[in-house]
Amino acid sequence: MLSEVLRNNLNLTGTKEGCNTGDCGACSVLLDGALVCACLVLAVEAQDRSIETIEGVAKDGKLHPIQQKLLEHAGLQCGICTPGIVIASRALLEKNPDPTESEVRYWLAGNLCRCTGYDKIIRAVMDAGATMRGE
Amino acid sequence: MKVKTDFKYVGTRPIRPDGLDKVTGRAMYGADLNLQGMVYGHIVRSPHAHAVIKSIDFSEAMKLPGVLATMSAADLPEPGDKKIPGGEVDFELKAFSPIVMARGKVFFHAQSVAAVAATTASIAAAAAKLVKVEYDVLPHVLDIHEAARDDAPLLHEDVFTQGVDPVPTRPSNVSAEIELKMGDLDAGFAAADLVIERTYSVPMCHQGYIEPHACVAQFDENGKVEIWCCTQGAFMVRTLTAAVTGIELGKIKVTPSEIGGGFGGKTTIYIEPVAAILAQKCGRPVKIVMSREDVFRASGPVSSSETRVKIGVTKDGKITAMDTDIIMDSGAFSSSPLFPAVMFGTACYRCDNIRSSGREVLTNKPKVYAYRAPGAPQPILAVECVINEIAQQLQMDPIEFRQLNAVNEGDLPLFGVPFQAIGLQEILREAKKHPNYQVALGENQGRGVACAFWINAGMQSSATINVSEDGRVNVLTGNPDIGGSRASMALLTAEVLGIPVDTIRPAVVDTDSIAYSDLTGGSRTTLATGGAVIKAAEALVAELRKRAAALWGINVEEVDWIDGSAVARSGTGLETLNEARANDGHAPATAAKSLTLAQLAAQAGVTGGPLCAVASHNAHNAAPSFALNMCDVEVDKETGKVEILRYTCIQDAGKPCIRPTWKARCKAVLCRVSAGR
Ligand code: FES
Ligand code: FES
Repeated sequence: MLSEVLRNNLNLTGTKEGCNTGDCGACSVLLDGALVCACLVLAVEAQDRSIETIEGVAKDGKLHPIQQKLLEHAGLQCGICTPGIVIASRALLEKNPDPTESEVRYWLAGNLCRCTGYDKIIRAVMDAGATMRGE
Repeated sequence: MKVKTDFKYVGTRPIRPDGLDKVTGRAMYGADLNLQGMVYGHIVRSPHAHAVIKSIDFSEAMKLPGVLATMSAADLPEPGDKKIPGGEVDFELKAFSPIVMARGKVFFHAQSVAAVAATTASIAAAAAKLVKVEYDVLPHVLDIHEAARDDAPLLHEDVFTQGVDPVPTRPSNVSAEIELKMGDLDAGFAAADLVIERTYSVPMCHQGYIEPHACVAQFDENGKVEIWCCTQGAFMVRTLTAAVTGIELGKIKVTPSEIGGGFGGKTTIYIEPVAAILAQKCGRPVKIVMSREDVFRASGPVSSSETRVKIGVTKDGKITAMDTDIIMDSGAFSSSPLFPAVMFGTACYRCDNIRSSGREVLTNKPKVYAYRAPGAPQPILAVECVINEIAQQLQMDPIEFRQLNAVNEGDLPLFGVPFQAIGLQEILREAKKHPNYQVALGENQGRGVACAFWINAGMQSSATINVSEDGRVNVLTGNPDIGGSRASMALLTAEVLGIPVDTIRPAVVDTDSIAYSDLTGGSRTTLATGGAVIKAAEALVAELRKRAAALWGINVEEVDWIDGSAVARSGTGLETLNEARANDGHAPATAAKSLTLAQLAAQAGVTGGPLCAVASHNAHNAAPSFALNMCDVEVDKETGKVEILRYTCIQDAGKPCIRPTWKARCKAVLCRVSAGR
């Protein structure tokens, strides 16, 4: 599976595994720009395609707004779901820069978080959207 | 005792120090460590809920290229009647060893029976399938009532009901019974105008952390083993691994990884001793990661329970008697929170006549483990439902009814220690005037109210504070940070040292790098580990004042510690000294009348060596906490669908160290409540 190759062969362990059955979203990555569960993608399917993982989200020594806002809003506790949530919500904000709360909640429905109760994550994503829109 | 209330750092909202690594994916969890030459372990699990293991044959598995080692209970010492020292109470080794590897018999589906190590995870998984285990399947029992019957399939020949006098001569699936009483129950019910008796049950559920159990173990040539794992207690892993494997405790070093949730479920060992033995046998580091399926099948769920509650009240709403009976399912080994359940079910109410009893029953299910306030929610749910029904029948407001009966300072609960300052009445007052309580309910809508209680734990912790040459502060503890404790430890250190919180780096370190700490659980870390941190910081301040006094050549009593600096008291020491020196034609002892932590740290080499402090703490001052939840729901009468309209949680939280974390926790708990538990 792509998640195994990322984690065990390439040592990119920022992509997490919570279930390996496509249920928790901890392994979210972008494959040619599309949000996928890396635990459901055969590694060979990824041949010659672009893969974006959490390791590439902060650039030039600067956090992405969604990472910054998750910190500011206390949108994480244990943090095991966080890389997946960062990848998924960044993908949302790129597609839809001004999502409604329901749109954020629907989009992140595939990313389980056991610790936070989601509310602060949703607020962080909304706030990151506002920042990215320059509001 | 003077209670400090004016805080500069405690109660603020710094960005959590562990956050950056978590949002960037750098934080290392249990399954994230890859070592040179590392191989993979896989566990063979029982397909039966109750069976005798007749034989285990590894020969086919060993033929598979890439397989390096195998193990079973034969590689572990016989538990016999050995005890594991557990601080205040000892544990029975025979209730832990079989969870790591079944010996002779399996007691639940998916109990581990054998293990293999191989060069890749997929070879290990394939080899596990080739291990031939022969079983004699036995009848199993899953229901607590059936298991308690005399003719039920018996799990253990050597379990005799504890707590009954005389000790029974026949083994039983009822592993413990207890009863606590105060006052005169019959008189209490005789004085009642209304008596309601109901039975409520709570099903088994799993703690459901997102991160599956994972570990890596590595042996060196001196027989020392290093274990990296996600756990709520590195020292607990060390103690239990030593007991289960027979490896000397002093030869085990446990490094706790970041922990991806635990909620009580990571307060024990499953795979760590297996990885250690496999690593010893094959001479390579061994990683084991439990699959999600195995986590749900074989790691500790929460006790299911059935509680019978009988409460008597006078017609003006005074509780006269409370009688509760709880049966808890402990899974295959004694481990349920029976005592807390029996003690705490009635803790919210003042009543002179209380009886509470409990039975722990063993069934062919995984051994249960702790989950948020272990033992409290199950009986409290039942008690609160009866309280609501009573209020309804008396046509009293449910909060007013509780105000009339809630415990106050000085009241004696069933567990025998009178309450000190507590906040239940304040909570009820707040609830009564909360806007959500005033909202008028529409058709098919209802409002539920419930109080809750938790005792909170103290126990043993240690802390170390080191100051670098440039005055940065490292605060080290041995408690895995499950909910933000590093931020709390940094804030407490900042408060005592009077320095900005961002100059403090908190860390959770391995068992070789710090003195013992009990595990993270029971809501004890902020209190007990925080207590150790405060003690260490105070010791450091004392040392810093001494160093400053030495530099100034004055008495330490003349040096105060104010806002992160040593300050010489005016009119004393330093001024007199400098006057004298000036008269003798010398330069002043030092130009400054105050020295910052950084200045003192820079001169540590000439004042006595590196600056550090160590403290240990055994906290006995945990205060109980109370809460009230109220919830409005709407029921669709055709489909039965229940929708939550509003949920309000009011807690007596003491003093939250980090406000946003505390708020987030409340929300998370609500989220879980609405999701079923
Ligand atoms: S690990 Fe891929 S969805 Fe859970
Ligand atoms: S922060 Fe723990 S699962 Fe989301």
